[in-house]
Amino acid sequence: MTTKTKDSALAGALAKTGSSLVTVAPRRARNVIGPLRPEWFEAIDVNLSATERRAATLTTRRSVKKAHQAAWLVRAIECMDLTTLAGDDTPGRVDRLCAKARHPLRDDLKAALGLAGYDLKTGAVCVYPAMVPHAVKALRGSGIPVASVATGFPAGLTPLKQRLEEIRYAVGEGADEIDIVIHRAHALTGDWAALHDEVAQMRQACGEAHMKAILATGELKTLSTVYKASMVAMQAGADFIKTSTGMEAVNATLPVSLVMVRALRDYRALAGYDIGYKPAGGIRQAKDALAYLILMKEEMGRDWMQPDLFRMGASALLADIERQLEHFVTGRYSSTDRHGMA
Amino acid sequence: MNEIRSILKTMDYGVAPEEATHVLAWLKKHDGRFGHFIDGAFTKPGKAQFAVHNPGNGEKLADVAKAGRVEVDAAAKAATLAFAKWSTLSGAARARHLYALARQVQKHARFLAVLETMDNGKPIRETRDIDVPLVARHFYHHAGWAELRDEEFPGWAPAGVCGQIIPWNFPLLMLAWKVAPALAAGNTVVLKSAEHTPLSALAFAELAAEAGLPKGVLNIVNGDGETGALIVGHPAFAKIAFTGSTGVGRLLRRQTAGTGKKLTLELGGKSPFIVFDNADLDAAVEGVVDAIWFNQGEVCCAGSRALIQEGVAEKFLAKLRARMEMLRVGDPLDKSVDIGAVVAPVQIESIRAKVEQAVAEGATKWQPSWAGDIGAGSQAKGCFFPPTLFTGVQPASTIAQEEVFGPVLAAMTFRTPAEAIALANNSRYGLAASIWSQNLDTAFDAARKMKAGVVWINSTNLFDACAGFGGYKESGFGRESGREGMFEYMVPAWTKKAKPVAVTATPGAPLPESAGPAGDGLDRTLKLYIGGKQARPDSGYSYPVTDAKGRVISEAPLGNRKDIRNAVEAARAASGWSDLTGHGRAQVMYFLAENLEARAGDFERSLARMGASPSAAKREVEASVGRLIHWAAWADKHDGAVRGPAARMLSLALNEPYEVIGVSCPDEAPLLAFVSLVAPAMALGNRVVVTPSPMKPLAALEFLQVLDTSDVPGGVVNIVSGDRESLADTLAKHDDVAAHWYFGSAEGSAMVERESAGNLKAAWVNHGLARDWFDPVQGQGEEFRLRATRVKTIWTPFGV
Repeated sequence: MTTKTKDSALAGALAKTGSSLVTVAPRRARNVIGPLRPEWFEAIDVNLSATERRAATLTTRRSVKKAHQAAWLVRAIECMDLTTLAGDDTPGRVDRLCAKARHPLRDDLKAALGLAGYDLKTGAVCVYPAMVPHAVKALRGSGIPVASVATGFPAGLTPLKQRLEEIRYAVGEGADEIDIVIHRAHALTGDWAALHDEVAQMRQACGEAHMKAILATGELKTLSTVYKASMVAMQAGADFIKTSTGMEAVNATLPVSLVMVRALRDYRALAGYDIGYKPAGGIRQAKDALAYLILMKEEMGRDWMQPDLFRMGASALLADIERQLEHFVTGRYSSTDRHGMA
Repeated sequence: MNEIRSILKTMDYGVAPEEATHVLAWLKKHDGRFGHFIDGAFTKPGKAQFAVHNPGNGEKLADVAKAGRVEVDAAAKAATLAFAKWSTLSGAARARHLYALARQVQKHARFLAVLETMDNGKPIRETRDIDVPLVARHFYHHAGWAELRDEEFPGWAPAGVCGQIIPWNFPLLMLAWKVAPALAAGNTVVLKSAEHTPLSALAFAELAAEAGLPKGVLNIVNGDGETGALIVGHPAFAKIAFTGSTGVGRLLRRQTAGTGKKLTLELGGKSPFIVFDNADLDAAVEGVVDAIWFNQGEVCCAGSRALIQEGVAEKFLAKLRARMEMLRVGDPLDKSVDIGAVVAPVQIESIRAKVEQAVAEGATKWQPSWAGDIGAGSQAKGCFFPPTLFTGVQPASTIAQEEVFGPVLAAMTFRTPAEAIALANNSRYGLAASIWSQNLDTAFDAARKMKAGVVWINSTNLFDACAGFGGYKESGFGRESGREGMFEYMVPAWTKKAKPVAVTATPGAPLPESAGPAGDGLDRTLKLYIGGKQARPDSGYSYPVTDAKGRVISEAPLGNRKDIRNAVEAARAASGWSDLTGHGRAQVMYFLAENLEARAGDFERSLARMGASPSAAKREVEASVGRLIHWAAWADKHDGAVRGPAARMLSLALNEPYEVIGVSCPDEAPLLAFVSLVAPAMALGNRVVVTPSPMKPLAALEFLQVLDTSDVPGGVVNIVSGDRESLADTLAKHDDVAAHWYFGSAEGSAMVERESAGNLKAAWVNHGLARDWFDPVQGQGEEFRLRATRVKTIWTPFGV
């Protein structure tokens, strides 16, 4: 709690007076690689029904309408890791994505929203390691970070040495953020020491680049395992914890998110570091984005509604948000063709 | 649009009000004035009226007529006239009507939700997502019971015309809980809504009329306590159902005493919310939100007493306070509000007074940082109260004992599971309990030991039409919902033709102990049987037992109130009997039957001495042996039920004993009636204090020899002979007796019902009517099983 007070005090002093309303803040103390502390999680036993009930009522207890909804959707764009992770990605495809990240909303809509001159951009662009050089080039000068998946994404089953080498390659090519995948076997068999050890090595390999740890929650299955894996990843130095690769049968869900967010809240209370959260996979509609923002606000507060602590991994989401924002501006339901594709 | 920029800074929710247009138009259509709904039509509003306000903004919504004697008479008459046809309508036809009501509720769901929110002050989220869907569900479910009544409840008949009085906290849902089972069973209804919240009932009446419900079947009157008293005192009603405060429940018990009206009371509570150290604490925190900040805490079964295991208390309370900071109090129509308006200013005052008293008694009050903003600005005219947490509460604190009926939680700690259970049950109430533990053993052990009618494991405030709801102890008696709820609106068909018992005499004046009977041969000295031991009466007196010709044939010990006190203590101590398996009890019951049969000759002689013919005596002993065997058979078969209100949810309906039952036996069939009452009670796990026929006590007093030789543990059956009425008076007034069965005079029945109001024990009396103890339905029918047990509903969600 003291960390937060201190940060808030610093916030005013450090906030940039630039044209974005993302409160840039206080340089938060970055998480460190700490020792494995099983006592922080081994007794945890998450109740599924109660978690689902809370998740289901999050969006029935809160409603964001009209101008507030428009503003929240703008924020959703700013928290979006605009992503392409496909076997047929090419430099051209990445260029197109990066252009969209720089210019996510039509200028007339921005103006109508009163955001003319507002530096609206996505939170990051997320690509495979081989695409990092193209993305870096395409985003130069935009201030948009390049995120790269790594460590044998999505399965994470290549040899550790190669997985670490992959991180170093992406960082070397200019990636600002690395989305690693954990070795699910360690979590599924409860070999927390092994998981901690691997993630810590990955964090080391990331160097200055921020590390998001993908837990592949759709494959971990139980919420208790999700909580434990979250805690181990944070103890091993993760800057963000992230739900899914997008390749699992079930990707980000609100109940899973609730558990991960509670884990990072507990970690914050125990270790004193603010960890970011990134749901990814299956977030396609504007209302999904609003639901995640509500979750972050309810469970963590406003600080976690900003790109330094909250991202949503998505590829199709932006198109729906653009349509909803146009509807807000014009009162007419919009069509996809009216907005430039990513 | 600098608006977007400023929102981007604050990331506030803004306001999201639900539209009130349609409801306002409806109020206007009625000129803001409502009469009663009697015999299928609205009456003219008339002169006696009261105003109804929206507690969210203080604005007047309507003027509503108050029912006096004339209106209650008219409604009762309409319901009485409608009864003959409605009660004999086929189940399928009644089912169609109930189904139509369910559909009406669904078709007008949003209208009803908005109206309810404006009338009561509860958040639109709750009326929209909880109240109204449960109302529709209730009518659908009971459409099914209407269809199945004759098949599922053979030998039962609708009680008659029902008077129903509902509270203001869930106006429409309580209407559904009352009206649906009543109509399903074939009764007709006069329902009085609460004075603060009459509007949704009137809207429902309108929908019912549109749906073609026959006139007179459902009548709705508006009014306050005076109107309620008129209904309760009205001779037309065969059944009174009430949900409200324990104080008023007591008045109703007294007012209906001796009238023959069937009564169910769903009253107050101070329900425990137990958090074990192996609970999912985050889940439990949300549980608290649903327990005490649901419906502004104006919930009879609200988890208002948090009991937290010491090792996790600090952590849990820290999480809870953080959660409380995020709650939103405000305009009930705003879709982003968690806690709406308290129903009326008078209720706010009551909450405030109790909060101040808790502070004065030394408890530590905590409210969110924004609590001071409540009631400011646009809220100035609304009734708002912040969520409040008290720590440092002791079991002896008033806030731990008395219902606040507001958003106020009293938190205490415990050390061990045993202590949690002791603290949880340390209440005069026993409505509900919520238990949080990820360990199956911990959770079920606590659930089984709760003295409460509803137990939610890892959940709270869940309701469904299939699962019984109702209290133990001073939270009332009777169940609503489910199969058990249907019985509350029916009576054994034979009782409709029951005749009065022959007038019974009272025992003669006590004899000095030295004076023996002028009898033939050696007479045994008869004693009381308390705690498994023969005991001389505290009074030191005996009284004469005479034969048919008035000759003294023996003496019986004259028990008094102290003997009853000792007997109740012995019964209370014999708790092992209630924990014994049904199989174990069955063996004892069979043994009793064997031993009675072995001594049949002795008992026949005793019955003959008291005036029975030899053949009648033989028949009575045989029937008594048969009855013991019958109840031995049932001892391990009165199983309860498992219901599935949701895919990953079990709701267990357990038949639990009352534990200590007082039994006052009639004079007819002195052995068989005694056995017919004692056997089911003990077979189903109760311990009894029984007073045998005062005029013909011999066989029952001799029965202790059979008890002594049949492995019946001491204290399970305690026999105190003497004057039935004075002993019944002591039993009825004894607060450690949970149920009282009385079979004597009409006056005695009235007395027992009246005095049972003290601890609201479940009273079963004969109203001076005779019962054929030899008849299998009247002497050992389903009624006995229902009277010997009360349903505890345990909800357990599961999943991984």
